[in-house]
Amino acid sequence: MSGGIGPALAAVVQRDLRVALRRRADTFAALFFFVIVASLFPIGVGPEPALLARMGAGVVWVAALLASMLSLARLFNDDFHDGTLEQLLLSSVPLPLAVLAKTAAHWLSSGALLALVSPLLALQYGLSGDATLALLAGLLLGTPLLSLVGAIGAALTVGVRGGGVLLSLLVLPLYVPVLIFGAGAVDAVQAGLAVGGHYSLLGAMLAAGLFLAPWAAAVALRIAVE
Amino acid sequence: MLDLRDLAAVRGGRRLFAGIGAAVPPGGLLRVQGANGAGKTTLLRMLCGLVAPAAGEVRWRGQAIAALGEEYHRELVYVGHAAALKDELSPLENLQAAATLGGRGITPREAADALAAAGLKGRERLPSRVLSQGQRKRVALARLALPAPPGLWVLDEPFNALDVGAVDWLLGLIRERLAAGGIVVLTSHQAVALDDAARQQVLAL
Repeated sequence: MSGGIGPALAAVVQRDLRVALRRRADTFAALFFFVIVASLFPIGVGPEPALLARMGAGVVWVAALLASMLSLARLFNDDFHDGTLEQLLLSSVPLPLAVLAKTAAHWLSSGALLALVSPLLALQYGLSGDATLALLAGLLLGTPLLSLVGAIGAALTVGVRGGGVLLSLLVLPLYVPVLIFGAGAVDAVQAGLAVGGHYSLLGAMLAAGLFLAPWAAAVALRIAVE
Repeated sequence: MLDLRDLAAVRGGRRLFAGIGAAVPPGGLLRVQGANGAGKTTLLRMLCGLVAPAAGEVRWRGQAIAALGEEYHRELVYVGHAAALKDELSPLENLQAAATLGGRGITPREAADALAAAGLKGRERLPSRVLSQGQRKRVALARLALPAPPGLWVLDEPFNALDVGAVDWLLGLIRERLAAGGIVVLTSHQAVALDDAARQQVLAL
């Protein structure tokens, strides 16, 4: 078998997904956190259906942002400590592509799961069918972007003691545009407005993130390892 | 041909070494020795391109390694202090992932053979977290037992944590690799026993 860039990137994704599968406690903790946070709000603000339907999308989105932060700190830190990060830097693939592969694996084991669970939470908030679809579509477009932007923060805080808090402070403000357009899409549907613009903007941000974030994270990783 | 030209390193504002130069021909072994904290690991990481030299440059086949990039990584195997194993994965999965990332996909058969040669027969499918320190080191070193064209091995204290049998196995691998025209750079406090002493250079930091 000869090696190339394709198999090497597939190996990165496969390794990270295997690790995520064998550390089910960590993977599912983020998912349960997401469900629990989103379920606490109705208890706090009271069961009035109109209010819940109004704030449902925003709450689910904020819970998704926080839940996707949970596993972010481990994205490069584990690799840094066990030495696989050095090997990744010395691999036969360009580092930004390897970072992209790791980010893809992170999204599959966190953001994608959150998006798939979100319709259940939408049910809890009494969102209409259309609004639920808009929530799901927004999360599917937005959560990869959370992983990409998060990868930059994770790369910048590799090896930093207490990096988790620093990571949140770095990354959460950068999540604001995603939150605005993601939650805004559901609001638009509920208000009977056109929703295409929100998806376009999320898609445009995702395209820019796919191009820029791996490169930025790669630069940060090179500095961290040195 | 590996060429170190006038290398210097600064760590934490302190100069570790300066003016380090060496030329290692194909089939040559360079042993780096020095006291603790002299910068042996830093020099090895510099050879791989993980650390940028404060001055000087490293050349591989006449070209600066910074310009070669992934082309250089394809020929390089670096075994550092950390074994670079994922605790959740088996030695077999770890070795296959490492080899594929290094640019040479291997079959499960080849991986199993390399692990058997490393003395890990019967433990290929255990989670790596249950392995001892020495066994983890053997898994990391099993990459060296994979079939590959002669390139460059950079080994940081490869004999640490190994028992007598494993040391002999590793010495055998190194001798074979040198005979095939590969280049080996390692740090070790003891001289490496080679049939042909002329192949070995010592670099004192």
